[in-house]
Amino acid sequence: MIRSMRINRNVEAALANQQLQKNLRSTLGKSVRMRNESVAEVPNWDELSQYARDVKLHTLSRLDHYLEMLEQKVKAQGGKVIWAETGQEAVQFIVDLARQRKIGKLVKSKSMLSEEIHLNSMLERAQIESIETDLGEYVVQLAGETPSHLLAPALHKSREEIADLFVRELGMMPSGDVDEITATSRRVLREHFLTARMGVTGVNFGVAETGTIVIVENEGNARLSVSVPRIHVALMGIEKVIPRTRDLAVFLKLLIRSATGQKMTSYVSCLNGPRRSEELDGPEEFYLVLVDNGRSKILADRSLRQTLACIRCGACQNICPVYQRIGGHAYESTYQGPIGAILTPQLTSLAAAPEHAFASSLCGACQEVCPVKIEIPLVLLKLREQAQNEKKRRATHFSPERLVMGLWAQVMCSPALYVGFGRWIRWVWKILGENGSRGQLLAPLSSWKKHRDLPRLAARSFRELYRSSEE
Amino acid sequence: MSAVSCQLSVVMKVSLFVTCLVDQFFPQVGLSALKVLKKCGVEVDFDPRQTCCGQPAFNSGFVEESREVAEHFIGIYGDSENIVVPSGSCATMIKSFLPSLFAEGSLKRQRAEEVSQRTFELSDFLSSVLGLTNTGARFPQVVTYHDSCHLVRELGIRSQPRQLIRGVEGVDFREMENCDRCCGFGGTFSVKSPDISAAIGDEKVQWIKESGADYVIANDVSCLMHIEGLLRRKQIPVKTMHLAELLAQFDD
Repeated sequence: MIRSMRINRNVEAALANQQLQKNLRSTLGKSVRMRNESVAEVPNWDELSQYARDVKLHTLSRLDHYLEMLEQKVKAQGGKVIWAETGQEAVQFIVDLARQRKIGKLVKSKSMLSEEIHLNSMLERAQIESIETDLGEYVVQLAGETPSHLLAPALHKSREEIADLFVRELGMMPSGDVDEITATSRRVLREHFLTARMGVTGVNFGVAETGTIVIVENEGNARLSVSVPRIHVALMGIEKVIPRTRDLAVFLKLLIRSATGQKMTSYVSCLNGPRRSEELDGPEEFYLVLVDNGRSKILADRSLRQTLACIRCGACQNICPVYQRIGGHAYESTYQGPIGAILTPQLTSLAAAPEHAFASSLCGACQEVCPVKIEIPLVLLKLREQAQNEKKRRATHFSPERLVMGLWAQVMCSPALYVGFGRWIRWVWKILGENGSRGQLLAPLSSWKKHRDLPRLAARSFRELYRSSEE
Repeated sequence: MSAVSCQLSVVMKVSLFVTCLVDQFFPQVGLSALKVLKKCGVEVDFDPRQTCCGQPAFNSGFVEESREVAEHFIGIYGDSENIVVPSGSCATMIKSFLPSLFAEGSLKRQRAEEVSQRTFELSDFLSSVLGLTNTGARFPQVVTYHDSCHLVRELGIRSQPRQLIRGVEGVDFREMENCDRCCGFGGTFSVKSPDISAAIGDEKVQWIKESGADYVIANDVSCLMHIEGLLRRKQIPVKTMHLAELLAQFDD
């Protein structure tokens, strides 16, 4: 168990990666500070959070109802709605549509869902060019990598690395200048915007009562992706629906302040279907792809369901002591950090992501900053329980941990055994001596000793000392 | 020696649950808690049947095993007036999680809830229940305080330990940067993911060092065990001390 944890194997490399450590420290530290200052400006933050949580949990409790409402409204505005049970189905729809319309290239704005369903690599396989237009995503795409943070996909890369990449891939003049990097990406991406005939975006909120698709961003690339190409495909996880427009103000405030510490992002696009005859811009065709991909099975358990309330602000990643030290890639999954630790095993399976729920000290900092009050530690505990139960049920291999815990429970239920066991450990400790080399024999001890000295244990227990003091 | 600022009109009864780690490995913390409580005029009993609260199994996903141990715990403390625990994480286990181990509406659940309501973390009990500001302790040293995660975030206990530290005569209390950030211990996490655990702890140790303190105080021996191991490995001459030990720095 200890040695087989994959995350652990990635940790050594992550900790040794000086650039990554530097970026994590500076970027996350700043994000946390900005979030805290921004949240402190809102006196009723806690109340708004609770309200948003209630709205989300209510919506999740009758998700079918609100999704159908959203579908009807989108259709009434001339849009088309596609229900995709799996990521594969969503990808297939986009591939088929592109082929039908003879589209060889599309532009994409940032969408974690598209990462989750591996849209880019599937499109590449279908020989359809997909261009990421968010700068961070574009960098990651050019480098052939995956995002390492919900909001800052290229967090792991230095400015110099990005400059080198642009020189190599885009023929940029060699200079580490940020302005040069942004000017180059603007020049290159502008051309793509003008020549792509399809734009694919994610969705931050889908408002059921009006059929409005809301996209929040700072770079303007999503706005361009939905207004220049003639077809807009919006990919939306089914949990992103909210019932009413009036709640949008609350959600935008919570999302944006938690994510970047801004009062408002540069762009918030509220889209209602394709261009109407009297309108000057907007796509001629609009498709909303509602993606399940494992979400509906999360609805079944009432305490786990809150996982789907996430609005993807990234605040939990920024504050997480584990994420702060190892970054996103060590998780080997699309969603990383605390939210990734609870979302990944539920979207896939505990067997596919057995370590995520265990790679946490359960410190609870994530829950404290979550704008929709997701009880992440509680969900982690539930998932740990499920993981252990599943292992027990499958019983394919001997679990030393289960054996130890079983014995431990026996000992703890019997004061006599407990006293004897305690005495035995203190005796062993004495034999081992201070940091005795024989400690290597026991896996947990050598694991402890890798970075820490062994504790100094007392020779006599409290109960012995208490008894002699009473006498 | 300064006078104890708390005088009880009625005799209060307390069952001291010292926790398994304190009982077996760090008894001085239990003895200190006992000494402080007695000084306050509280009637303290120690039930020798006590073992553990069930937390290690609970946090690792072994809920059945945890439930067995929790039942043993409830069996001992079912009739106690007050249960006082010198640990933030064990107090959290009892107060926040113990009832959830039993089916809603069941008799066991009800008993667990009763026990959890009568359980107090030591600093909370001394400060909020007894209204204590000063134990008469004297400790002329520079100290800093580490907020353990469950204590501060689950139980919301932040000011109580600080008030008690400030009440100690001669103490020079200096807050460290990020005092409520996790130390990286995390129970079995500390041995399952030792590299991450220690990397998180390294930052904590750095902040402790930067505070200029000679002693780092906390309310959990588990955090202190981890922090002490890191400090010693790095040969940083800061000592660890449980809050109970600090408060017991007076002559009997």
